[in-house]
Amino acid sequence: MAEKISNKSVFFNPFSKNNPVVVQVLGICSVLAVTAKLEPAFVMGISVIAVLAFSNVIISLLRNTIPTNIRIIVQLVVVAGLVVIVDQLLKAYAYDVSKQLSVFIGLIITNCILMGRLEAFAMGNKPWPSFLDGIGNGIGYAVILVIVGFFRELLGSGTLFGIQVIPQAFYDAGYVNNGLMILPPMALIVVACIIWVHRSRNKELQED
Amino acid sequence: MNKQSNVYTIIYIIVLVVVVGAALALTSMSLHDRQQANADADKMRQILASVHLSAPTSEIGTEFDRYITSQYIVDESGAIVSDNGAFSVDVAAQSKVEPAKRKLPVYECTLAAGDVKYIVPLYGAGLWGPIWGYVAFNSDGSTLYGAYFAHQGETPGLGAEIEKPQFSDQFEGKTVFHGDKFLPIAVVKAGQKPLNGEDYVDGISGGTITSKGVGAMLDSSLTPYAAFLSNLRSK
Repeated sequence: MAEKISNKSVFFNPFSKNNPVVVQVLGICSVLAVTAKLEPAFVMGISVIAVLAFSNVIISLLRNTIPTNIRIIVQLVVVAGLVVIVDQLLKAYAYDVSKQLSVFIGLIITNCILMGRLEAFAMGNKPWPSFLDGIGNGIGYAVILVIVGFFRELLGSGTLFGIQVIPQAFYDAGYVNNGLMILPPMALIVVACIIWVHRSRNKELQED
Repeated sequence: MNKQSNVYTIIYIIVLVVVVGAALALTSMSLHDRQQANADADKMRQILASVHLSAPTSEIGTEFDRYITSQYIVDESGAIVSDNGAFSVDVAAQSKVEPAKRKLPVYECTLAAGDVKYIVPLYGAGLWGPIWGYVAFNSDGSTLYGAYFAHQGETPGLGAEIEKPQFSDQFEGKTVFHGDKFLPIAVVKAGQKPLNGEDYVDGISGGTITSKGVGAMLDSSLTPYAAFLSNLRSK
């Protein structure tokens, strides 16, 4: 760690300038899979925030004791343990959502954002900044998930959180839900649109 | 202490695994009852769905008790072997037992109008994983009143369409007895029909293997009930 980064920028950078999804393009597979509806996108976002924050703190606490040659294994064990706990909690308290998310909760283990943050940040920083980093990156990920979920559910099903928001009068006038929005490719296209908007507002992110 | 030594590494990982293992075991044990209650409520919801009833998750238990007036287990000859416990029968495990030894659960559902429907579970294989469902018979033991299908991981938009009402509503009014012959409903390509005069529904375009799986599931899961349904018919 050559330069000292302030806690504030550790927390806020991942929201926009260093967003894990639209700038680093990590964790795309779950964006494809869980954003057809807003509710699973929301729960997935919360789950990733929780897992990321706690695994960051745990790894940060252990960072001076972990033998270098097995550090990835240790990180994986901690993440896997936390993910299974989250999965069990969802099964107990949000059964319907856990059925929809099914394998994707398990796949948080392999979400590149987690390993990336653990290896790049938590292994070299104190627990409190690591906690902020985890929350910040988790929120950065969740925000994108919710934005994508918002557009896909609104345009694909005409609902938000399962509640009908497009009035019946629209359908009577010939409006049709866009079935394409429900299919995975549209998640990528929506993410691409977000990246486009994001880069045109942040000139320094544009490549030549 | 040398943190890079083999001994340290091995001890470290052993301690870590034990701690994480204990934490997981503790979580699993403390949440087990709640998870089981959720799974049961989900099963009740599916059973009620086959007779076109639905209820919010919090009321599913009371609705289930109101409509499902009795449940029992029959054997292949149609005789009742147990007056209760149908709900706890593991249909997936029973489908691997040879038909003569199977425990066959039946749920009797009394609707508001006093009609009695007989609900039986189905279990089979789709393209990617298990598929299951419930079908409800009218009291004549032959005409279907409703059906519900579910799957674990069929292809969205193709095989997964079996859980949609567009598919399951086709089963309403189909019969499984033709004369004295027991012919569980076939699932065929749109435009075709089975040669033996069996009642049929249209499969799902692009979901051929899942559709065939539903047909095979109806065959294998309903055939053991033939005697039971035949008894109902002659009542």
